[in-house]
Amino acid sequence: MEYFIELFLSGLTRGSIYALIALGYTMVYGIIGLINFAHGDIYMIGAFTSFIVATVLSIYGFPMLSIIVLAGLAAAVWASAYGYTIEKLAYRPLRHAPRLSPLISAIGMSIFLQNYVLLAQTSDFLPFPELIPEFDFIEPYAHVVGSAEIVILITTALAMILLTLVIKFTRMGKAMRATSQDRMMAMLTGINVDRVISTTFIIGSTLAALGGLLIASHIGQINFYIGFIAGIKAFTAAVLGGIGSIPGAVLGGFVLGLTESFATGYVSSDYEDVFAFSLLVLILIFKPSGILGRAEIQKV
Amino acid sequence: MKLRVGQTLLAAAIGLTMTLPAVAETIKLGVAGPHSGDLASYGIPSRKAAELVVAKVNANGGINGKQVELMVEDDVCKPEVATNTATKLVSAGVKVVLGHICSGATKAALPIYNNAGVIVMSPSATNPALTQSGEYPNFFRTIASDDAQAKAEVNFALNVLGLKKIAVIHDKGDYGKGLAEFAKIFLEASGKGEVVLLEGVTPGAVDYSAIVQKIKRSDADGVIFGGYHPEASKIVTQMRKKRMEIPFISDDGVKDDTFIKVAGKYAEGVYATGPQDNSANPLSQTAIDAHKQAYNEDPGAFYENAYSAALALVNAIQVAGSTDFDAMKKALQSSDVDTPVGKIHFDESGDAVGVGFAMYQVKDGQFVEVK
Repeated sequence: MEYFIELFLSGLTRGSIYALIALGYTMVYGIIGLINFAHGDIYMIGAFTSFIVATVLSIYGFPMLSIIVLAGLAAAVWASAYGYTIEKLAYRPLRHAPRLSPLISAIGMSIFLQNYVLLAQTSDFLPFPELIPEFDFIEPYAHVVGSAEIVILITTALAMILLTLVIKFTRMGKAMRATSQDRMMAMLTGINVDRVISTTFIIGSTLAALGGLLIASHIGQINFYIGFIAGIKAFTAAVLGGIGSIPGAVLGGFVLGLTESFATGYVSSDYEDVFAFSLLVLILIFKPSGILGRAEIQKV
Repeated sequence: MKLRVGQTLLAAAIGLTMTLPAVAETIKLGVAGPHSGDLASYGIPSRKAAELVVAKVNANGGINGKQVELMVEDDVCKPEVATNTATKLVSAGVKVVLGHICSGATKAALPIYNNAGVIVMSPSATNPALTQSGEYPNFFRTIASDDAQAKAEVNFALNVLGLKKIAVIHDKGDYGKGLAEFAKIFLEASGKGEVVLLEGVTPGAVDYSAIVQKIKRSDADGVIFGGYHPEASKIVTQMRKKRMEIPFISDDGVKDDTFIKVAGKYAEGVYATGPQDNSANPLSQTAIDAHKQAYNEDPGAFYENAYSAALALVNAIQVAGSTDFDAMKKALQSSDVDTPVGKIHFDESGDAVGVGFAMYQVKDGQFVEVK
C-alpha cells in the first residue's frame, strides 16, 4: 500500500507539471486555434530566468523565502514578455493566413528559442539551486514524499484555482470565454480581441514559468533542451484531456503523470512512454476530441 | 569461407618456404594498422611506438643477440584489406604482430594468423569477443575491453563493498544499456550477488521519483548505473532526497566534473569507474619523452598502449628464447613486464592483467581514486 501511495504521489507531481504547461497549450488553442509549439521553450526560459535571479540573490545572501518569491516573479514576468512578443511577432501577422502557416512559425520560434539560449547561456547542464527547503515536519515521511513534491502539488492546485476564478469571474475572463466561442461575434460586441489574445499568452507563459521554476528546483538541473520533452508531454496531456478545455488540460496532465508513474512502478520504466502514448491513442479512438473536449462544430 | 581456408593454406605454404633463409639473422615484428585513410590517426602512433621501441632494443644489442626487423603493413582499418595484410605478413615469415588497430579488422585477420601460429597483440581493439570467445588463442591486447568497466564495477560492488542485491539501471542508449547488460552477465556469473532490478529510464524525463521508489522496493543494497551524468545526477539526487543512502556505482560517462557541479552535495560518495591514470608512472613519461624527442610533438591515440605492447612482445621473445608459439604464449602469461600502462602480464583469454579501469569516488567535491 505504501508503494502505491508513493507511486501515486510521484505521478501527481509529474502530472502537476504537465498540467501547468498543458494549460498554456490549451488556452491558446481554445482562443486562436493554434498549437503553440514554442510553449515548451517558454517553460525553459522561465527556468533559466529563475536560475539566474536565484543565483544572483543567493550570492547577496537574501533569505530563502524572498529568493523563491522574487525568482518566481522574475521568471513569470520575463517568460510572459517572451510569450507576448512571440505572439506579436510570429503569430499576429499570420492571423488570417492558412492554419498551417502559424504552426510552422511556432516550430520556428521553438527552434529559435532553444538555440538562442544555447548561444547566450551554455549547452551544459547547470546546477539549479535548491529553492524549496526541507521542512522539518516532513522528515518522518521523507522516504515517501519530499517537501519539494508537496510544494509543487500545493502551488499547482492554488494556480489552478486562481485561474478558474479569473476565467469565471473577471471581465477579462468573460472576454476570453467569448473570444473562444466566437471571435468575430466577440469583436462585434466591442471586445478588444487582440488584447484578449495577448493576455492569454501572458497567463499561459506565467504558468509555464512557474512550472519551470518548480521542476528545476525539484530535480536540480537545467539546460536549453528541457523544454522540448516537457513540451511534448504537456501537449500530449492537453490533447488527452481535450484540447481547448481548461479542466481537460489539468485532468490530462494528471492522467498522463499517473499512467507513467504506475507503468514504471508496476511494469517497467522501459515502457513508460509506450504506456503513456498507447493510452493517448486509445482515448482518441473512443473519444476523438479528448476526455473533456467538445466535438468541434464546423462553422459556416 | 572455403576461399579463406584455401588462402590461408596457401599463405602458410608460401610463408614456410620464404622464412627459411631469414630466420637465423633477424626477428621479424609485424606492425599492422591503418597508416593511411580516414583512420590513419589511430594507427600511426602505434607504428611510431613500435619504431621507437625497436630502435632502442636494437641499439642495446637486440633480443638474445638477434636484431629486430619491423615489417609495417597498412590495413586502412578495413576487414577485407586486413586479411590481405595478414596474409602478406604471414608469408613474409612474421611470427609476432603488433596490431591490428580496429576491432573489425583485427577480427578478420586473426584466423589467418592463428592458422600460421602467429602471436598478435593489439594496442586498441576493444571488442569483448576477441578475447572472450576463446576462438583466438593467439590474441592478446594491452587495452581494456569494452566490458571491462562493467567488470570493474561488478567486482567492486561484490568484493569491495560486499553488496548482494544490485539494481542495474541504464539510460536505454548504446553505451549505457550495453554496460548494464554486461554488468548483469557478470553479476549472474559471479554467483555472489543477484540482479534485483534491470531497467532503462527515459533520458530527459522531468522526474525520476517513480524509478527511485522502485529501486527502494526492490530492496537493493546498491545501484549500478550505465549512462551519462545528467540522468545519474537526477537519480542520485532523488535517491538521497528519499533518504536512500545505498552505494551508487557508475561509469566514465559519469566521471565528469559536471556531475559533481550539478549534483552538488548529493554527489558525495558516488563511485565511478574511469581510465587508469598513468601519469605517475615513470615509464609512461619516458615513452612520451622519446616520442617528443623523435617527432617534436605529443604522441597520438593508443601510443602508450602500443609502446607497452611492443615492450611486452620483446620481453616475451626474450623469456621464451624464440618466437615459438607455445613458449611465447607461456611467457606472455607468466612473465610480468614493466610498461607505460603499468606492470602487466596476460590472462588465459589474452587480456592484460593490471590494465583497465580504476574506481573513483567523490570526496569533498572531487573524484579520488579508491585504492
